Amino acid sequence: MSDLSDLYQQVILDHYKRPRNFRRLDEANRKAEGHNPLCGDEITVYLHLDGDVIKDISFEGAGCAISKASASMMTAALKGRTRGEAETLFEKFHEMVTGHRDGTADPAGLGKLEVFCGVSEFPVRVKCASLAWHTLRAALEGSGGTVSTE
Amino acid sequence: MIPAGRQVAGEVCNDCLVGFGVERIRQDFPALQVRVHGKPLVYLDNAATSQKPQVVIDRITRYYLSENSNIHRGVHFLSDLATQAYESTRDRVRQFLNAAHDREIIFTRGTTEGINLVAHSFGRSRVRAGDEVVISAMEHHSNIVPWQMLREEKGATLRVIPVNDAGELLLEEYERLLCDRTRLVAVTYVSNALGTVNPVKPMIAMAHRRGIPVLVDGAQAAPHLAVDVQDLDCDFFAFSGHKLCGPTGIGILYGKADLLESMPPYQGGGDMISAVTFEKTLYNSLPYKFEAGTPHIAGVIGLGAAIEYVQRIGLPRIAAYEADLLAYGTELLSAIPGLRIIGTAKEKASVLSFVLDGIHAHDTGTILDHEGIAIRAGHHCAMPVMKRFGVPATARASLAFYNTREELEALAKGLHKVIEVFA
Ligand SMILES: Cc1ncc(COP(=O)(O)O)c(C=O)c1O
Repeated sequence: MSDLSDLYQQVILDHYKRPRNFRRLDEANRKAEGHNPLCGDEITVYLHLDGDVIKDISFEGAGCAISKASASMMTAALKGRTRGEAETLFEKFHEMVTGHRDGTADPAGLGKLEVFCGVSEFPVRVKCASLAWHTLRAALEGSGGTVSTE
Repeated sequence: MIPAGRQVAGEVCNDCLVGFGVERIRQDFPALQVRVHGKPLVYLDNAATSQKPQVVIDRITRYYLSENSNIHRGVHFLSDLATQAYESTRDRVRQFLNAAHDREIIFTRGTTEGINLVAHSFGRSRVRAGDEVVISAMEHHSNIVPWQMLREEKGATLRVIPVNDAGELLLEEYERLLCDRTRLVAVTYVSNALGTVNPVKPMIAMAHRRGIPVLVDGAQAAPHLAVDVQDLDCDFFAFSGHKLCGPTGIGILYGKADLLESMPPYQGGGDMISAVTFEKTLYNSLPYKFEAGTPHIAGVIGLGAAIEYVQRIGLPRIAAYEADLLAYGTELLSAIPGLRIIGTAKEKASVLSFVLDGIHAHDTGTILDHEGIAIRAGHHCAMPVMKRFGVPATARASLAFYNTREELEALAKGLHKVIEVFA
């Protein structure tokens, strides 16, 4: 049986209650909105891209503990990273939360994001954990539109 | 008056006659015996769909085992059997709603299809640019979107009856919305998101004084209160079988015969015609005009068994039992710190929608699920009413007559656990 404490780890609850980089970013030159129509979660990801480097990143929105903590930890993990690094990290993260760790991505290097590994035991919550990342990808691609988990 | 269903010998036990006999009733529902994460299932998601009693499951099985055949088209034994079972369900539904005629009962896929049928057939033939359709702020998406589609097509206008902070419709505002451009009022009897029971009877009378027909979304009403369409005097009434102990994929649209007669068909195909040539097709009479193609025969027959089952317990008894449960649940939840009930109308049925301070409904739902408690978390296909109450989502416990006070206590205990996780 999946254990609740695997999902609601202290680190996750902490990021939910005190989200990091939770503000709009005035210097942002990229931004995208994402929403999960199933539960009404909404998020906006702001990016300040300097060439290929994510100089700054922030988010705003309302959501469940998993989606908010995921957004918070994503922003913390990506500051100063390149686009390519962000993409790789998303792939690894996605494989972890969907439980497809036998994939091509190297599981090492997720660092603190490992706390989301419990999500794979809760398939209905995968969308919550990945909403911020899908929104980030839209912002990186500069499509500027709204992404939806549906 | 709703006629009490035929009683099946030996199925009414003593305690059913004395009290409500919920323990005996629970035995009728195999799914209630399921264990979830090692705990007994506490099923509180009845507004989404109800569980099915063994008699319904058996009836559907019997149809497929020994009666399976297409209806209305065979001269053979089985086809006759299936047709009889199908048409006798129509008559049972007529009794259940106290409609005047069998031909006013149309089998659909569910509430959604019933409303879409009215929007297409009645709406497209009667609504023109500048005309108005009145709905309410607490409608399910299925009673919003079909009217928006009609609005886009016809250049009509949608008017929305507002609600107060308790989740009650503002009737003075409603009266003001009715005007000579109003072609239809489409309103829910019971709100799935708030539990409000709307005063549809006086609302219908108000519309009729101006000659405006009224569609009632009965999806959440049919399982919880005795409905009499002649007493309400509604023009259309739509509901779904699956929320009433019946199978999914089957529903009912009731319509007054003269209105249905005057409306064009919804879909074209077999069964809905009386003669076809390439030049011209003569449509079949009611209700077949609105039942194109092979219907969900097993579903219809299963729905008949479900209604018979519910009638045997009796909706007035169900309503009284559920009112007691709802009051008890409201009391238990109100005592939980940081919990706010959304939807506090004086007249309510079977729905406890709530938010917890600082905790998203989705998390509440996941943690309760771990306790074996099934609730719904989200916008309940009623995003506009969520917005009205300033919440992105609520957690919703919705009751049926097989729920118990102990299950509500388990819910309250589970909610304390949710609060603990987030403490
Ligand atoms: C008030 C209301 N109307 C309409 C519907 C749609 O019913 P169905 O999905 O069975 O067509 C529902 C079901 O959730 C409902 O609660």
